[in-house]
Amino acid sequence: MNSSTLFGISTMAYILAMIIYITYLAFKNSQVGIAATIVTIAGFVSQTLAIVIRWTESYAQWIMFNPESSFILSVLRSAPLRNLFESLIFFIWCLILGYLIIEFKYKNRSFGAFVTPIAGLALAFIDLSGMSKEIEPLVPALQSNWLLVHVMMSFIAYATFALSFSTGLMYLILKTEKRGESSYIFWTVTSGIFLAVLIMMGIDFVKVKIPMYSQKKVVERAAKEYYVRYGKMPDHVIELKNLLNENVDLQNFDITRSGKVDISLKSYLFKATLLSKSIAGSVLSWLASLGLIFAVWRYGHVLKRMIGSLAISSEMLDEITYKSIAIGFPIFTLGGLIFGAIWADQAWGVYWSWDPKETWSLITWFVYAFFLHSRLLRGWRGKKVAIVAVMGFIAVIFTYLGVNLLLSGLHAYGSLE
Amino acid sequence: MEENKNKSLIDKVWNFFASITLAVVIFALIGGTSIVGTILEQNAEPEKNVKLLIKMFGIGHETAHSLLGVLDKLGFTDMYHSWWFIALLLLFAANLIICSLDRLPRIWKLVKEPIKPLTDEQFKNIGKKELVLKGKPEKLKEAVGTAVKNAGFKFIEAREANGYQFYSEKGNYTRLGVYITHLSILLILAGAIIGITFGFKGFLNLPEGRTYSVAFAPSGFLSKEEEAEMEAIIEKLQTTEGNAQEAARQFGVDEKALKAKMKRYGIWPLGFSIRCDNFLVDFYKGSNMPKEYRSWLTVIQGGKEVVKKSIVVNDPLTYAGVTFYQSSFGMVPNAHGEFIMKITPKSGAPETRQMHRDDKFIIPGTDLQGTLKDFSPALSFDANNRPFTFAEQMNNPAVFLEFSEKGKTKYSGWIMKRYPQTWALPDGHTVEFADYWGVEYTGLQVRKDPGVWVVYLGCIVMAVGLYITFFMSHKKIWVKLLEEKSNTRIIVALTANKNRPALETKADKMIALLSKSDGGGKQ
Ligand code: HEM
Repeated sequence: MNSSTLFGISTMAYILAMIIYITYLAFKNSQVGIAATIVTIAGFVSQTLAIVIRWTESYAQWIMFNPESSFILSVLRSAPLRNLFESLIFFIWCLILGYLIIEFKYKNRSFGAFVTPIAGLALAFIDLSGMSKEIEPLVPALQSNWLLVHVMMSFIAYATFALSFSTGLMYLILKTEKRGESSYIFWTVTSGIFLAVLIMMGIDFVKVKIPMYSQKKVVERAAKEYYVRYGKMPDHVIELKNLLNENVDLQNFDITRSGKVDISLKSYLFKATLLSKSIAGSVLSWLASLGLIFAVWRYGHVLKRMIGSLAISSEMLDEITYKSIAIGFPIFTLGGLIFGAIWADQAWGVYWSWDPKETWSLITWFVYAFFLHSRLLRGWRGKKVAIVAVMGFIAVIFTYLGVNLLLSGLHAYGSLE
Repeated sequence: MEENKNKSLIDKVWNFFASITLAVVIFALIGGTSIVGTILEQNAEPEKNVKLLIKMFGIGHETAHSLLGVLDKLGFTDMYHSWWFIALLLLFAANLIICSLDRLPRIWKLVKEPIKPLTDEQFKNIGKKELVLKGKPEKLKEAVGTAVKNAGFKFIEAREANGYQFYSEKGNYTRLGVYITHLSILLILAGAIIGITFGFKGFLNLPEGRTYSVAFAPSGFLSKEEEAEMEAIIEKLQTTEGNAQEAARQFGVDEKALKAKMKRYGIWPLGFSIRCDNFLVDFYKGSNMPKEYRSWLTVIQGGKEVVKKSIVVNDPLTYAGVTFYQSSFGMVPNAHGEFIMKITPKSGAPETRQMHRDDKFIIPGTDLQGTLKDFSPALSFDANNRPFTFAEQMNNPAVFLEFSEKGKTKYSGWIMKRYPQTWALPDGHTVEFADYWGVEYTGLQVRKDPGVWVVYLGCIVMAVGLYITFFMSHKKIWVKLLEEKSNTRIIVALTANKNRPALETKADKMIALLSKSDGGGKQ
């Protein structure tokens, strides 16, 4: 079996587990709970296998390009932590592992309904964003042993932060009473935005991206013809212009350096919804998003009732939130910031250059330092601290995805023409 | 009265800096303002950020311009070097120092204060576990001692009214972990300041075959005259391997004035010379994905070649505290280099030739004469098979060769450096386009940073501090042996400033061991 089949199986398993955990939350049937755990473990096993197989696949590619490289170096350089896709997969793997550890340690399954959706969201994001799943050779900047430790430790830390996000959110759900309360508004609006963004991305995917597949085929054909004709791949899609018979907007496509044609994210993200060209479409999606957020706010207490009736105490949630961060913070400091700085120093001669990605890591770090110190402040225990934990993970998401997708998008736009 | 008032003001200032509230506010301020710095492009051309603002807020060009003007005044276009951001960092450091000093005495007392046996009263108010064993305390003493030792504690034993008390503590110094962590942040800041004050960060675009004795960190634009003056100064410094004093002496100019000019133009003398022997980009086969950027460098000191090294990204060259990093590359404008061609006749040995445009050459042992007619750094073909150059950089370097025999043109075509299938001629000879040497420069990042070791030391200290803070704790344990008729009640009390459950697990194990070892039953 190849790695993508196994990844597919694990994706299905996690999404199924998510549904079963939520069912468990609603009906509290212990057999349903056991089923959820079994499905999660099955997904985890298949994902582990998939990662190992992918590693061997990328090892094979590495030694093909670098036949002179030693065994150990080849193994390290081909570790599957080399692009956005692989690192997200590793993140999900760590998250599920961390979750299973907590489930067995605290003998409590109700977290599952909050952790598996994060895995589900990450998996959905992988497909909706259409990020490359190819095994590509390493560009010179990434040919360093620091890549492995830096990325690995960062993602272990992110997984612990994701756990604290779930327990922090549960804490807020459990502890907030009134709709007017700021903590209540915070968690409902945050969850509402998450939900709205994901639904929008789904709509964009169906309405804009899927119809573009036929055009993508046309561009791919042109790329192939280009290769046959000139013995090389084009550096930019624009070079394919003269080879196209049909009218295709090449701006919507990217060509990777290994020659694969992709539909560029910018061409469809929010294009059917929030950023739609038709005024009605865009107004409607903004209104729908607001409506959704309102609905979460209005009916948030249903969720509270669901968790409230489970044998789960707010103290336990608070403890898990703190402990996850207490493990994640040192790992993130060392692996994310310090090793990142050492690597930058070795590769570019500056250990800190304030680029958006570095700065966002620092912002994330400050949010968690804020969390650790806010516990020491009088009157800050409980809900306020949980809000900081939730914001910490939002900063993580932005560091990882927002900087790549939004900031680089903004900056790239600035430099167009 | 007067004095008292003064003191209270100092106290107020002290308390202000010692408060965690201030720390949390600073965290929020540094974090919040940094967000702006990641959205606005730093040190960029104004037009870029204007476009950004238009896109973000949907405002007109004029409004965006004035908004950017305001942001620029506030320092947001180079915010990490703005006075207020640096002030924020200093405030942060002051907060950290004073807060730590404020608390240290109390913590130090906790660290140094030796553990004392607990009074009966204290035993009541502390988490504990109990067990009753058969036998007098004297007989059980040994076993309890062993159990405490096995749990990793060195204990003190005290005789009490009706029994004994064992007590012990471990990890009292771990309470200092937080201070070690805080100290590390100060070390890192100090290292950064040392680097900014005494270090140098610049670049050197070194053409193939050229030798330089200076690096650059220019700030601002120069006029034509200034540029000429700058060139003249570089010329002078080249002859003395970057020694400004020597250059001033040789050319009879004022040393101080020369140094001031060097500072003005961002010329930084290396104190030795560096030459680029060659630069090459290697691509992954069959794709446009770069595999390696490599520069062959030679360091020259006192006219002698002292170091030769080829550098790639992630593997720089360091000499005399100055490090050269592979960071970019490009074409030297208007340069005329040498085409290195490797000619292999159908039957014969290969021969390497250096030539220029319009040079002619003979394929050895034949009458076939080639002429190097044209060159493109980045050759591609359009739909009608017409060649065109798609980039300035050497993305796909190619030469156009025309072959003739006895004055008659035979055939012609493009030979591409990266594509061996284009090297074969119809007659079975091969002409390989090996390199176009002397037209590319290697972009080196040049750095000298005496503070980097302080930063690294700070990083190590931080790792140690965080480990102590989060994974170690100050544990205390008291074991009381109380005589009850012919039995002994054993009470284990414990405290830990962190991770108490782990210590409790240890105590449970201890008790389980005790209850087994003496055959006594738990009651
Ligand atoms: C980004 C910079 C900082 C980092 C990484 C940091 C790190 C830490 C850590 C890891 C802890 C232990 C928290 C816990 O056990 O939950 C801590 C505690 C503490 N920090 Fe910081 N800190 C920073 C800045 C500051 C500043 C500016 C102050 C100034 C007020 C401060 C004051 C304290 C205090 C008073 C404690 C509690 C000490 C104790 O429990 O005895 N920290 N810090």
